[in-house]
Amino acid sequence: MTHELLRFATAGSVDDGKSTLVGRLLHDSKSVLADQLAAIERVSNERGMESADLALLTDGLRAEREQGITIDVAYRYFSTAKRSFILADTPGHVQYTRNMVTGASTTELALILIDVRHGVVEQTRRHAAIAALLGVRHIAVVVNKMDLVDYSQEKFNEVSASFTDVASSLGLVDTTVIPVSALVGDNVVDASDTMPWYTGPTLLDYLETVPVGTDPRDEPFRLPVQYVNRPRTAKYPDFRGFSGRIASGVVRVGDDIVVSPLGSKSTVTGIEVLGTPVDEAFSPQSVTLLLADEIDMDRGDVISSTESSPLMTNEITATVCVLNEQPITAGQRVLARFGPKTIRAIVESVTDRLDLESLTHLPFNGALEVNDLGTIKLRLAGDVAVDNYADLRTTGAFILVDEQDGSTLVGGMTRC
Amino acid sequence: MSDFADYTLDHLDVLESEAVHVFREVIGEFDRPVLLFSGGKDSVVMLHLAVKAFAPSPVPFPVLHVDTGHNFPEVITYRDETVDRLGVRLVVANVQDWIDDGRLRERPDGTRNPLQTVPLLETIVANKFDAVFGGGRRDEEKARAKERVFSLRDGFGQWDPRRQRPELWDVYNGRHRPGEHVRVFPLSNWTELDVWRYIEREEIELPWLYYSHEREVFSRDGMWLTAGDWGGPNDSEAVVNKVVRYRTVGDMSCTGAVESTATTVADVIVEVAASRLTERGATRADDRLSEAAMEDRKREGYF
Repeated sequence: MTHELLRFATAGSVDDGKSTLVGRLLHDSKSVLADQLAAIERVSNERGMESADLALLTDGLRAEREQGITIDVAYRYFSTAKRSFILADTPGHVQYTRNMVTGASTTELALILIDVRHGVVEQTRRHAAIAALLGVRHIAVVVNKMDLVDYSQEKFNEVSASFTDVASSLGLVDTTVIPVSALVGDNVVDASDTMPWYTGPTLLDYLETVPVGTDPRDEPFRLPVQYVNRPRTAKYPDFRGFSGRIASGVVRVGDDIVVSPLGSKSTVTGIEVLGTPVDEAFSPQSVTLLLADEIDMDRGDVISSTESSPLMTNEITATVCVLNEQPITAGQRVLARFGPKTIRAIVESVTDRLDLESLTHLPFNGALEVNDLGTIKLRLAGDVAVDNYADLRTTGAFILVDEQDGSTLVGGMTRC
Repeated sequence: MSDFADYTLDHLDVLESEAVHVFREVIGEFDRPVLLFSGGKDSVVMLHLAVKAFAPSPVPFPVLHVDTGHNFPEVITYRDETVDRLGVRLVVANVQDWIDDGRLRERPDGTRNPLQTVPLLETIVANKFDAVFGGGRRDEEKARAKERVFSLRDGFGQWDPRRQRPELWDVYNGRHRPGEHVRVFPLSNWTELDVWRYIEREEIELPWLYYSHEREVFSRDGMWLTAGDWGGPNDSEAVVNKVVRYRTVGDMSCTGAVESTATTVADVIVEVAASRLTERGATRADDRLSEAAMEDRKREGYF
C-alpha cells in the first residue's frame, strides 16, 4: 500500500495553545527524540517550570526564544505507520496573515485552533477566510482547553455550531471539529475517556485518514516547461525533451497537446519519468515529454491538453496578499512569476481590499500594505497561460517580485 | 482508501519529484550553479537526483568539496570515484591551502570544521557561483526548520533570517544582486529516514563507513572519535576497538561513530527508525556548543 504524504498548516490565535498542541502531536506520536526532549527539559528547568514545556519544541530561532514569540513559518516532519506528514507551523499574531498565506499555499489541510472558553473569535474567522482563499481543501477545527470547561459537551457544541456557520458562509465544505486538551493529551493521539460523548476521530486518526490530493483524471493536463533537454551527445544527438513537473491532470503517449502562449500543436510520442520511459504520467510527477514535431518552445511555456487549454491573456485580475513592507499601488512596475515564467508587469489598479473584521471586500484604490489582502489588475508585457486559481492551484498562482532588490512582494491568485 | 489509489504517489516519489523540480528551476534561473559534494549520504542523494533530473543529458554543473584535510580517506576515494563515473567536474577547496598561506590559523582544539566557512565563501566568489546546492534538511535542527528552499546570502555569504523571502506554492524566487548568491536545498522536506529509504530503493552506493565495521576509536565528549593526524587522541584518552558505523561523515575531529551492527541499508533503516537520538545530537560535537550553535554558524555563511 502506498505510504502517502500529507501537508498541513496550523493556525491559531495567541494563547490558543498551538505550540503545545503541535508539541503534543509530535511527542505522543513518538516523533520527539531523547536529545530534543532533554534539551527542552533543561531549558524548562532553567526557567523554573515543573515539567517540559512542549511549546519549546517548535520555537526555533534565538530571537523567538528571547522574545517568547514565533516569528516565521517553521516546518515539522513526523510519520506514523500509515502516513508521512509535513506540518507548516505558522505563528498566531505578528505578520500572521503573511505567514499563514505562505504556510497554507503548499498544504491541503488547515488545522485551526479555538480556545473553547473564547469560542469563535475574529482571528478564527480570518484564519478560515485565508484557508478558503488559498484553496485549502480540508479544515480540522481543534477546540482546545476542554479540560478548563470540565469537558462540557454543551460548550463544545456551541463552538462547533458557530464555526459551522462561518465555514458555510466561506464555502468551506469539508470541516471536522474535534474536542481536545493539548495540555493533557485528550483526543490528540489517544482517545479520551473524559469525553465519552464524543465519538469522532482523534486528531491523529483524522490526519491519517483524510483523503490526500485529488484524482488527477478529473483535472485538465498542464505541464509548465522548466527546461528544454537537448543532450547533443554522441549517444543522444537528436534528443529534444521538454522537462517539468505536471501541475495537474494526466498525460498519455499519443495525446494531442497545445503549447501556450504560441498555440503550436503536436502529439506526445514519449514520456520519461526521470529516465524511465512510461505510457502515462500524472500530477505531481516530474517528467520529460517527447513530441512528434519540432516545435519552438521555451522555459515558461505551458503544455496542455488540446481539449481544455489555459486562458491566454496579458490582463489579469487577481486576489493578492502583500508579503513585503513595500506597499502595492497603481502604476507600480514589477516582475511577475507564473511558475517558471518571468514577465514584466504593471499594476494597473487596486480595486478592493478585504476587510478582515467583516470579511467583505470593500472598494479601495489606495496602497495595499503588508498583510493586506485585496484585488489588483495587472497588465503584462506579453501573453501568459493561466488558469482560475480556484480551479487549478498551480497554474493559477503567481508572485510579484521587486526588480531592484529581488524581494517577493505579493502572492497572487488569478481570477478568470 | 481513495478511489484513485492508482493515481496517488508514494511519499518518496513526491519528495523525489519536488527535488527534481528544484534542480530544474535552478538551471533555468541561474548562470553558474554548483553542488556541494562531500561524499556524505545527503550529498550523494542530491547528486543522484541531479543525474535523474537532467537525464539523458549529463549533470549541467560542477560539484564543490571543501576538504578540511581531516576527512576520512575512504570518503575522499569514494568522492573521486563517483565524480569520475558520472563525468562531473570536481572543484576542491583545500582548507590546508588557506592555513599554509596564512589566511586561516589552526584552532587550539585542532578541529577544522569552523574553518570551512572562509574557503567555501572565497571559492564561491572566485568561481562566480551564483547558486550553491546544499544537502541541508529542515528536520536536522531547529534553526534549519525555518530555512527556505532558496536561501539568499549577502555579499559576505551571510544568512539573515529576517531577510529571507516567503516561499509560496512551488514558485521559487532566485533573484539576487551581483556578489550575492543563493543556497538551494533540494532535500529540505526529507527526513533522515526518507534519505535512507530512498538510498535503499534506488540502490545507491555509499562510502562503506556508513555501515558497521570494526574500528579503533577513543571517547571524547561522549562520542567515539577515530584516531588520526588531526590531533586525537591525547594522552589521557584510551584507544579501544569497537564495532561502529557513522551516521554522518564530516570532519574526523568532530564526527562521532555510533556503536552499531547494521551492515546493510535495511539494517540501518531499522536502526534509524528506532533511534532515540537525532542524527546531529548523536554525532556532531559542533552542534553541542550552544543552544543556538547552528543558527550562529548559518548567519556566518556555513552550509
